[in-house]
Amino acid sequence: MFALAVSVCIIVIVRNMLTIKDLRASIDGKPILKGINLHINAGEVHAIMGPNGSGKSTLSSVLTGNSRFTVDGGEVTFLDRDLLAMPPEDRARLGLFMSFQYPVEIPGVSMVNFMRAAVNEKRKFNGLPALSAAEYLKLMREKSQLVEIDSRLTSRSVNEGFSGGEKKRNEIFQMAMLEPRLSILDETDSGLDIDALRIVASGVNKLKTPETSSIVITHYQRLLDYIVPDVVHVLYNGQIVKTGGKELALELEEKGYDWIKSEFDNK
Amino acid sequence: MENVSSVCIKDKLTALYRQYAAQISDSMPESMNRVRETAISQFDALGLPRKGCERYRFTEIMTAFGHAYGYSISKLAATADSQTVFRCAVPNLDTYTIIINNGWIDQKNSTIPANVVATEMADGANKYSELFTAHYNRLAAQKDDTTISLNTAFARSGLFLYIPDNVVVDKPIQIVNVLSGGNPQMVNQRNLIVAGRGSQAKIVICDHTLANSKFLLNNVTETVLQPNAQLDCYCIQNLNDRSSQIASLLIEQNADSQLLANTLTLHGGFVRNNVEVLMAGQHAEASIYGLSLPAGHQHIDNFTYVDHAVPNCTSYELYKNVLNDESVGVFSGYVLVRPDAQKTNAQQSNKNICISPSARMYTKPQLEIYADDVKCSHGATVGQLDESALFYMRQRCIGEDEAKMMLMSAFAHEVVRTIRIPILAERYAEMIENRLRGRHAACGDCFMKCEKRG
Repeated sequence: MFALAVSVCIIVIVRNMLTIKDLRASIDGKPILKGINLHINAGEVHAIMGPNGSGKSTLSSVLTGNSRFTVDGGEVTFLDRDLLAMPPEDRARLGLFMSFQYPVEIPGVSMVNFMRAAVNEKRKFNGLPALSAAEYLKLMREKSQLVEIDSRLTSRSVNEGFSGGEKKRNEIFQMAMLEPRLSILDETDSGLDIDALRIVASGVNKLKTPETSSIVITHYQRLLDYIVPDVVHVLYNGQIVKTGGKELALELEEKGYDWIKSEFDNK
Repeated sequence: MENVSSVCIKDKLTALYRQYAAQISDSMPESMNRVRETAISQFDALGLPRKGCERYRFTEIMTAFGHAYGYSISKLAATADSQTVFRCAVPNLDTYTIIINNGWIDQKNSTIPANVVATEMADGANKYSELFTAHYNRLAAQKDDTTISLNTAFARSGLFLYIPDNVVVDKPIQIVNVLSGGNPQMVNQRNLIVAGRGSQAKIVICDHTLANSKFLLNNVTETVLQPNAQLDCYCIQNLNDRSSQIASLLIEQNADSQLLANTLTLHGGFVRNNVEVLMAGQHAEASIYGLSLPAGHQHIDNFTYVDHAVPNCTSYELYKNVLNDESVGVFSGYVLVRPDAQKTNAQQSNKNICISPSARMYTKPQLEIYADDVKCSHGATVGQLDESALFYMRQRCIGEDEAKMMLMSAFAHEVVRTIRIPILAERYAEMIENRLRGRHAACGDCFMKCEKRG
């Protein structure tokens, strides 16, 4: 007689993804990060460029919780939570993902078991039931098609015997499986030929939504032709010394880093 | 002090033998009796092996012998139906089962394949006199280890297993050694296995304690693979942590025979394994694996000796340890390539992980090569869990403890995957995971909830 349909749709739009305030960090007593400030909103892609040794990879290691580095001060807020207070696994479960510059080989741990543990640990943290075997395999199939990874790779041990390009593609596959809110791509372009680069970048672009953000760490402008940044930062000597739009990357490609170095060193 | 008590134990054991020599020989076959005197004299002359000697460089055997044990010369009347006391160590594994209680076969509760002979040693010696006499104490007498001499002197109980020529046993034969009784006890078990020409069999040997008493199991198994025989021998050692175990597996391989030996040591306070293979016929192949997971104060010593006496044989060894707490692991791998043994291919690998900073691992590869056209390799590593792999896994949402478990299981997997009985491999993985998690290391639906911790 009466059909009453109530549809309640609550959309929570979180604008603040990541806020870094005066972050300082060192390794073996040697200061690397000397006061980083950065704010990233949902939906944004930030590129971090800079010469060798400027602290790019240290920043990603500190954000993901690598215990080799010591945080000497500052604060980081990720999705309104104190990121630095959390162990690495909780940061990941909350939605922080890093594509490693050098993905680790884990002989004897199959990709299937590894990703099942990863996906289900994340679901558990977020109050969701574990996936059934069938659901999990379906997810694997969908995501491996999305990022164009050979299913033979996913049946092997984690990264064992993978080529450089296969390892990077596998990182993007894992990113697709875990659907992070914030992904850090740490020199994902290093060691990739142009075809592999295109496939990896297309995977990243397919995974982009208005609710997700990315930090793309790279030496070269080349990757940014495929993953177009909203903001480009230049990291030098442990600090962000310049911030601009995507044209800044082109300028760096053309002029190198020396003009930034001299500008900064003369201050 | 150690030497004094060692001498004291030696004197006690020799005196025990002398006092009961008549009972020990009573109704036993001549082939077993005639070698007792030589064996006990050797034991009396040399005593127990001393720590620091060639074979026992890092192991104090008095840890096993330096306690008061009872010893029973004859089979005790069974107090209970073994099937109810012990159902199965490996559920869902369809096997023939031979139950051995404190060294003696429980015929009533055993199921023996029709085409195979499995009897007490004395029966075997009587019914298969020629075969028994040809092989009994042939390998053991050559060994320079007085724990073996001691076994020969006292030997009464144990299994004679004969797989006749060309017999292919359709299911694995599970041999369950159970130790039971409320008082400390020494059990001296002697087995003889003959795999006939072209025969094929898989044997699973499970060592268990059904009581919390302190046991000393001194077990010697002579095994002969006749030409073309294929034998898989899986040993699962799971005594309680108060108990000690010396397991000597002495093997002779004749031409074209294939051996797979795999020893999994879970519990047991003191464990010494001797796996000694004599390559006596050309084109024989031996694959020898071992995995030990000591924790607490366990001391686990794996000693292997591969004697390449003839050309064209292959031996492959892989031993792994995951050591926790204050435990000690030892691996000594001796490979001898005799002058005639050209085209020998001998590989040996020993890999170890110390999870706790106070665990200790001693590893000693030893290759003696007297032939010039051979391929021999050895390698040994002792390390910790890979920190970069741990961080990588944690970055993928996997908690630290779970990540460690996955890495340890992966480390163990290299040994588990060599098992050629799929359901057993699954049970291994389960037992290993339980052991590594500090839980009772039995299979999931084993009803035995005995206390393993010492």
